[in-house]
Amino acid sequence: MTTTSIAVRETPLVLFLLGRADDALVLGHRLSEWTGHAPMLEEELALANLGLDLIGQARGLYALAAEAEGAGHSEDDFAYFRDERAFRNVLLVELPRGDFALTMARQFLYAAAIDPWWRACMAGPHAGLAEIAAKAEKETAYHVRHSAEWLIRLGDGTAESHARAQAAIDLLWPYTGELFDPVDPALAPTPDRAAWLSAVDAVLARATLTRPADGWMQRGGRGGRHTEHLGHLLAEMQSVARAHPGAVW
Amino acid sequence: MSAPDLARQAWLAVAGVVDPEIPVLTIADLGVLRRVTENEAGDAVEVQITPTYSGCPAMGVITLEVELALARAGIKGAVRTVLAPAWTTDWMSEDGRRKLLDYGIAPPGPAAGRRALFGVADIGCPRCGSRQTVQVAEFGSTSCKALWRCEVCREPFDHFRCH
Repeated sequence: MTTTSIAVRETPLVLFLLGRADDALVLGHRLSEWTGHAPMLEEELALANLGLDLIGQARGLYALAAEAEGAGHSEDDFAYFRDERAFRNVLLVELPRGDFALTMARQFLYAAAIDPWWRACMAGPHAGLAEIAAKAEKETAYHVRHSAEWLIRLGDGTAESHARAQAAIDLLWPYTGELFDPVDPALAPTPDRAAWLSAVDAVLARATLTRPADGWMQRGGRGGRHTEHLGHLLAEMQSVARAHPGAVW
Repeated sequence: MSAPDLARQAWLAVAGVVDPEIPVLTIADLGVLRRVTENEAGDAVEVQITPTYSGCPAMGVITLEVELALARAGIKGAVRTVLAPAWTTDWMSEDGRRKLLDYGIAPPGPAAGRRALFGVADIGCPRCGSRQTVQVAEFGSTSCKALWRCEVCREPFDHFRCH
C-alpha cells in the first residue's frame, strides 16, 4: 500500500451515513464473492443481483455523506481510501460468507431489519435519505422474499440443510443486536426490533428453525472496532485502487 | 431561438437514446428521461434522468449517450441524476410495453416485490400468449429482468420485473 488514507471530517450525520453505506458496501462485497462459487447458475445471478442493489444503495449513501461532509471526497474515496477503523458497518455484514445457508440466513436477518427501516426513512427528517430509501425499499422487498424462501427451503429441507441453517442462525444471532442500536431521531428513525422479531419468528417457524435466546450481543462496528475479517475484505477490495490511485476505466 | 424551443429541441434530441441492455426501449419509453429545463440565459439545458434500480450499471452509458446526443444537436447542456420521485414500472409508457412484448420480453404487471412468500405471478408468454408459464429464476440477466419459461411453446423468455 503506497497511498495514504483520507481523513474524514466526522460529524454525527457523516458518521451515520457512512455506517449505513458501509453496511451495504461490505455486505454487497460479501455477496459478490459467490460469483463463480454459487451452488447453481440461477443463484449465482441472484446473489450478484442482490449485491449490485446493495452497492448501488451504498453509492447513493456515500454521495450523501460526501455532500454532508463538504470536503470534496467522492464515493470512491470513501470505499477505497479509508482504513478498517474508519469503517462503521455493523459486524454482522463483515463475517465471512460461510456456506450457502449462512449467506442466506444473514441476508434474511439483515434484509428483514432494513426493509421496514427504509420505509420509515421515507418519512424521516433527512430529504436525501428519504429519496434513497424510496428506491431501496423496493429492492429490499425482493431481498427479504428471496432469502426468506431459501431459509424455509433449507430449514424445512433435509437433515443436513436443516442443521446448517440452524447453525447459521445460532452463529449470527449475537451479531444482530447492533442492527438496532439507537439512532439520533434528528437524523433518522431507529430500526424497530420488535417488528423485526415477529417477522423473523414467522419465517423461522415455517423453516422449523429455533430462534436462539438473546444473550451477549457483539458490538463495535459502528465505533470502528471490527472483527479480524474486515481487514482482509478491505485488503482485497481496495488493493487495485490503492496500487493505481486515480485510475479510471 | 427562444428558451422553450431550446428545451423542446433538447428533449427531442435525447429522447431517442436507448437502454443499452434493452435496445428497443428509449429512455423516454422507460420513463428514465424525466425533465429538460433551460437556464435563465436560455443558452443551455439541464437533462434530468432517473435510475430504474439503485445499482443500475447502465446509467453511466445512458449519461454519456445523452451528452453525445446534445452535442450532436449543437445544444449546450448537462445531465443530472435525480432520485425523487422513485422510478417504478408504472413510469414505462404503453408504447414501451408494446415494444417490449414485440421484442420477446414480457412487460411488467402490477408490483410484485411484496408478493407473499412462494407466491407466483401470472405472466403471459410473449411468443405464444399462453398463461401456462413458470418462473425459472427471479433474478435474470439484468437487475430489471427475471427468467421464465413457457410450458406450451417451451421457449424461455425474459420478464421485466415489476418494481
